[in-house]
Amino acid sequence: MSAESAPVAVAATSAAPPPPSVPASRLLMTLAFGGAFAGLLIATVYEKTLPAIQRYADAKVEGAVNEVLGKPARIETLYLLGDRLSRTPPKGVELREITKAYVGFNDKDVRVGVAVEAAEPGFADEVRLMIGFDPATATLTGFSMLGQKETPGLGDKIEKDAAFRNAFKGKGTPLRGTKNATTDATMVQTITGATISSRTVIQIINHAVALWQPRLLALEKEEAK
Amino acid sequence: MNAPIPTAATDEPRVPATPPSPLWLDFWSGISANNPVFVQMLGLCPAMAVSNSLANGLAMGLATTFVLMCSSFLISAVRNYIASEVRLTSYILIIATFVTVADMVLAAGFPEISKALGPFIPLIVVNCIILGRAEAFAGKVGPTRALADALGMGAGFTFALILISGFRELLGSGSLLGFNVLGPRYEPWVFMVMPPGGFLTLGLIFLVMGWRMEHAAGRGKGAAS
Repeated sequence: MSAESAPVAVAATSAAPPPPSVPASRLLMTLAFGGAFAGLLIATVYEKTLPAIQRYADAKVEGAVNEVLGKPARIETLYLLGDRLSRTPPKGVELREITKAYVGFNDKDVRVGVAVEAAEPGFADEVRLMIGFDPATATLTGFSMLGQKETPGLGDKIEKDAAFRNAFKGKGTPLRGTKNATTDATMVQTITGATISSRTVIQIINHAVALWQPRLLALEKEEAK
Repeated sequence: MNAPIPTAATDEPRVPATPPSPLWLDFWSGISANNPVFVQMLGLCPAMAVSNSLANGLAMGLATTFVLMCSSFLISAVRNYIASEVRLTSYILIIATFVTVADMVLAAGFPEISKALGPFIPLIVVNCIILGRAEAFAGKVGPTRALADALGMGAGFTFALILISGFRELLGSGSLLGFNVLGPRYEPWVFMVMPPGGFLTLGLIFLVMGWRMEHAAGRGKGAAS
């Protein structure tokens, strides 16, 4: 093997002329031009694609709010400032960065529920939900999946299994999961093969309602004064 | 396994005595004799990771083809201006730029697919097929041939992904592109859309290819004698 490879090495070195030394400034210029071109192209495409990306994100949230509140006639947005809710958006702050709650009203202007976004780690990755509930009774109006990467065919049933999703409508919180069929007003049957993912959904809902209900009631109290 | 990797063009690209191979050969080589997945065994990570549905496989294939074509063309066009010392850095910069562009365009135009592919779109940067073609081909020939080669390699990669993902989705979900094909009585093999299904599918394809090659070699031998 060494007898074979030795002549090859000699031939390669003798055939190739010694590489001319390239000044460092030229290398620097090459990379600077490359970097500038890359930056320009990325910035241009970012500017062009951002509106479409934001439109999609907004449409997704709007669709989820409509789904969990049963297509309300009117939706009012509440803004979370610190731990207080406000009906008016704060000035000088990008609205996308503020946590919001969406209050739905029917055609008689009666509140049908409040939708809030919540996320917690599931079996694979973060599970993100839009949760609809009535703040007065802590009863659920439903939930909609905003994002999940649970195991295809098993954990992702929390999104694809309509019976599981519908089981949450009208249930009171705090919810509990059970492996058996149930008619209990605070129990939901978990999915076989997706126990952890089902429990994650239940946990996210319980935490979100426990966090948001006092905030919403505090706003009502404050406005009643 | 290494023998078929360099194409006729990469063997001695700068020798003027050998006429350059027609563009069609550059293109066709990527689909058949030098197929990146089935022959060169490159890009196996995305080939298995995102091939759990036909839509994902197709999108990944097309995104990679886009990056491959843009980067090969640009690398070939500027090859004489890039000093050898910063060659790889410049190639990666160019590739990463087009991957970022593809990522943003997918997120804006096909948000559901972009979400399903998740981190695998940014990971095209480290797909060996792209840097491999830049170093072995695009950096040594003119832009037209580089483009033909990139199109062929991209088409070969997309073809491989369509084959793997179509097979996996059909058996794992009973559907193709989300449309139920095998009917409601078919119990999906969930296993096929999970990671082991990717290994199994790829193994089966290699088995069939090996068998065919052996068969062809046997036939050739028979004809010779």
